[in-house]
Amino acid sequence: MIAFLKHQVKSFGFTELFKGLAVTGKYLFKSKITVRYPEEKTPLSPRFRGKHALRRYENGEERCIACKLCEVVCPANAITIESEERKDGTRRTTQYDIDMFKCIYCGFCEEACPVDAIVETRVFEYEFHERGSHIMTKEDLLAFGDEHETQIAADRAADAKYR
Amino acid sequence: MVKIEINGQVVEAKEGSMLIDVADQANIAIPRFCYHKKLSIAANCRMCLVEVEGAPKAMPACATPVTDGMKVLTQSQKAKGAQKNVMEFLLINHPLDCPICDQGGECELQDVALEYGDDVSHFNEGKRVVADKDIGSLIQTDMTRCIHCTRCVRFGQEVAGMMELGATGRSEWMEIGTYIEKSVSSEMSGNMIDLCPVGALTSKPFRYSARPWELQSHPTIAPHDSIGSNIVIHAKGNEVKRVVPAENESVNEVWISDRDRFSYEAIHSEDRLQTPMIKNKGQWQDVDWETALAFVADKLKAYAETFPDQVGVLAAPNATLEELHLLQKMARGLGIENLDHRLRQSDFRLDAVQPHSEKAVQPHLNLSFDGLENQDLVLLVGSWLRKEIPLLNHRLRKAGQKGAGIWAINPETFDFNYDMTQIASDQWLLKLAGLVKTVAEKTGHQSDLPQWVAQSEVDTEVETLAQQMIEAENVSVMLGQIAQTDAHYTELVQLSACLEAWTGANLSIVPLSANTVGAQQVGFLPLKGKNAEQMLSSRTRMYLNFGLEPEKDLADGQLALNAMRQAEFVVNMTAFDSETQRDYADVLLPISTFAETAGSFVNAMGRLQSFKMAIEPVNDAKPGWKVFRVLGNLLGLDGFDQTNAAQVRSDIALTPLSPDFQSLEAAKAPEQSAIVTTEQINIYAVDAMVRRSPSLQATPDAKSA
Repeated sequence: MIAFLKHQVKSFGFTELFKGLAVTGKYLFKSKITVRYPEEKTPLSPRFRGKHALRRYENGEERCIACKLCEVVCPANAITIESEERKDGTRRTTQYDIDMFKCIYCGFCEEACPVDAIVETRVFEYEFHERGSHIMTKEDLLAFGDEHETQIAADRAADAKYR
Repeated sequence: MVKIEINGQVVEAKEGSMLIDVADQANIAIPRFCYHKKLSIAANCRMCLVEVEGAPKAMPACATPVTDGMKVLTQSQKAKGAQKNVMEFLLINHPLDCPICDQGGECELQDVALEYGDDVSHFNEGKRVVADKDIGSLIQTDMTRCIHCTRCVRFGQEVAGMMELGATGRSEWMEIGTYIEKSVSSEMSGNMIDLCPVGALTSKPFRYSARPWELQSHPTIAPHDSIGSNIVIHAKGNEVKRVVPAENESVNEVWISDRDRFSYEAIHSEDRLQTPMIKNKGQWQDVDWETALAFVADKLKAYAETFPDQVGVLAAPNATLEELHLLQKMARGLGIENLDHRLRQSDFRLDAVQPHSEKAVQPHLNLSFDGLENQDLVLLVGSWLRKEIPLLNHRLRKAGQKGAGIWAINPETFDFNYDMTQIASDQWLLKLAGLVKTVAEKTGHQSDLPQWVAQSEVDTEVETLAQQMIEAENVSVMLGQIAQTDAHYTELVQLSACLEAWTGANLSIVPLSANTVGAQQVGFLPLKGKNAEQMLSSRTRMYLNFGLEPEKDLADGQLALNAMRQAEFVVNMTAFDSETQRDYADVLLPISTFAETAGSFVNAMGRLQSFKMAIEPVNDAKPGWKVFRVLGNLLGLDGFDQTNAAQVRSDIALTPLSPDFQSLEAAKAPEQSAIVTTEQINIYAVDAMVRRSPSLQATPDAKSA
């Protein structure tokens, strides 16, 4: 009998409904966790793996020594490297292409690089407007690296103690 | 035989053999750096330390002879500890610059360090740096990487026969180098690159161009001498990046000559002929293959119908068996009999003395390479074997080390890398005559001698040689390149035949090119027509040249060039373009080099070795046999329906050669004519490919010509 009464009160007193609305009401006045992209952006980890860049040393010399470890470790075969002996006797690349369509952003290239030359940056908003432009050449990668060097260096420094 | 136990496994071994050999045969891995099966034991790297029960310390497996009942542990705590510690010591001064080292990926130090080393080192001090040496155009040095295994030093002493690299200083200050600034000039120096377990000695032409894991291996046969060295072409995509030896104990052991190793540079040289070309009113025009072949077929047919005896077909003796077979089949099908591959020969009188047959006297090594090592006395006639066939010379050197007496009768004293007696004289034919005379006197054959031989003078050296030849059991006489290109080739062969007949010596005319023997076996010879020299010096209206540069590959370059210029129609089937041939040729057809075709070579001792295409032909080149197949069909000849090289090969009936020198009687020797000095053909000028390898051309050997 008591159970029956309880059920009636619950059903006709709309208690469940108010409980639900209470949750809605709570979130209505709580501060929001969604961001209004693209005006607002989420914070990124220094380990974020976005668009690739090739770095230089402070004296302007490119870091990459054409060891081809990134090429061989790449699970998607996205990297193509040709190497040569440059006139000053150092080992350098003549071609360093990344096919951004093939790339799966796993970060192995970055991990394999013995000289921190190839890195993945925080940049993830990019698009291609022409056929073939999805292949980033050495020049593209170096230019992109130059553009973002401050951020790249800061990210490496932030992550250094965990490496 | 003794029984020993390695890691509990019972292994039978020959008494006195080294532990490392026994373990290798039983497939038990022992790490090593200084040990190499073809070199003496140095035991200086200490990497192969293993525990031997009863011995207080770990023993080096490479220098520990097995004894009966020996119990060896390669994986015990003690052995592993010893290996780990040795590895740590070896890495003290090694720069660990693997990312920029060409050896990276195929480095023995990397492999062994991974397997047996530790990831921490107690060594925190500064590493030493050693200045790199410039030792020539073939080998790049990075001496800081050297771990002092001394394989290169021992190779120089024991195999190359010239100690060019040595170790100076001790311990921390030990350095490998030439001591005085000079290049390493051995004709098989490239093997040091393979021997070096680290990246201290690497290939200069290959430097930084590829990683070992990017390369595909294509086993093939080397095309520059009659050894038929087994090689492996390493290609990246469609580009040959380097050549390394393949092991074949009965052919090239584990070595190859520098010529075979570095000639690949020519494959991708700028000199390669790009497309078929036809000269039209003095202007060269690029055409497609159909047009070019139809044009050649028309001309060939026209000339063969009107002047079959005025068409000359010359082919390089390093063309494949398939190419030579189809070419002679096509020519003979058209009634052309002027065929020759003996380009550098100038004396063809033997052809008249002895018509071509299985038993005809022709270049063929009448003993195996191993057999040569077991001779008691070897006489080289007109040969600087060392620069003619470096690996055959190496076999001869081994014979010398086993105690064989080595003699040479040459126009001048050559630099050989072993002890020998050289009888050198401008009148070297007469020296040989003197030898024959002495042998005749000692064996009672004086009456068989022609007058001029009987009159020749004999000195004491020749007398000693004659005596030794008669007394020794296994005697070999080998006629080399100088003899074969000499104007007195006939006399030289006949005199040598006397030596064979009267002393029981084994006589061989050493085949020089990769397919000299094969060319004879498929009958690429003027059986009824004119030989190379007659073609050039008589009226020949049309030439078909396959794989040669007449001005450089024929005995008399100037005569050849003039003959080509005077001819009405010249077709050059060649891999390479040149200004000279553009001047006289009318059609240029690009054919592939040995790497871009399937085929076979027959080596000096008659061993047929077939190989597959390693890379696709570059530019618009085509394999020679395919071109002849199409030409044969265009000309309406039968038997040109093969679809692959193996089918062509099965079409060839090879007759094994067994030259019979008995039929050459000394009395038949013609009167001796004026002595003309023959020039030694430079080791790096033997064929079009070698001539286009920049690295080889930069060696001291190439410059000495």
